[in-house]
Amino acid sequence: MAIRVQADPFDPGAEVSAMHAANVGVGAVVSFVGYVRDFNDGLDVSGMFLEHYPGMTEKALGKIAVEAQQRWPLLKLEVLHRIGALEPGEPIVFVAAASAHRQAAFDACAFVMDYLKTRAPFWKKENTADGPRWVEGRDSDHAAADRWKQ
Amino acid sequence: MKINVKFFARYREALGEDALSVEGKFSTVDDVRALLAARPGSDVLNEQNLMCARNEELCQLDEPLADGDEVAFFPTVTGG
Repeated sequence: MAIRVQADPFDPGAEVSAMHAANVGVGAVVSFVGYVRDFNDGLDVSGMFLEHYPGMTEKALGKIAVEAQQRWPLLKLEVLHRIGALEPGEPIVFVAAASAHRQAAFDACAFVMDYLKTRAPFWKKENTADGPRWVEGRDSDHAAADRWKQ
Repeated sequence: MKINVKFFARYREALGEDALSVEGKFSTVDDVRALLAARPGSDVLNEQNLMCARNEELCQLDEPLADGDEVAFFPTVTGG
């Protein structure tokens, strides 16, 4: 299990390759890459700043990852999130789950993203033509997370 | 008892500070929130969708407190 919170850019392709390197028992890798869009809620976005809660961020992501490992038979799980200044087109988040068979990897990847969106302490501030603005949370994110409640 | 408080994102900007500490008798996180929300210009702490954490873990407003705890208040998270 790997949790990384970093200001530096990353290469999603290299991250996916590393998921099954040195483990031929891995039969499935499912990954999600989130990118910074150049628009949101009707306005052009020229960039954003990712604020977080140092200390809690790593703990919250670790807790989500542990829960995913308890629910599904995973061979590897990686969660990577950028912080600081980002430009449109840049990868902002990477989640990948590796397992022997596909369903566990599909489900674990979706679960981690849904929980991350509602429980990890990150906040986006966008630069728009109208000036900077904080992104507001969406009800649909909470509905997505609620489907995993047992 | 002493409680260390942190604010993030829009709340940090609205309140004009990122951290402070409060001294007094607090049973729950909500007691700290109510004290701070009563200060002028602190309306954001009355928002319905306010989120909070105790010692770096998400919690509810009725979470009990102990001396030296760290409490944080912030708007809905928007990572990912």
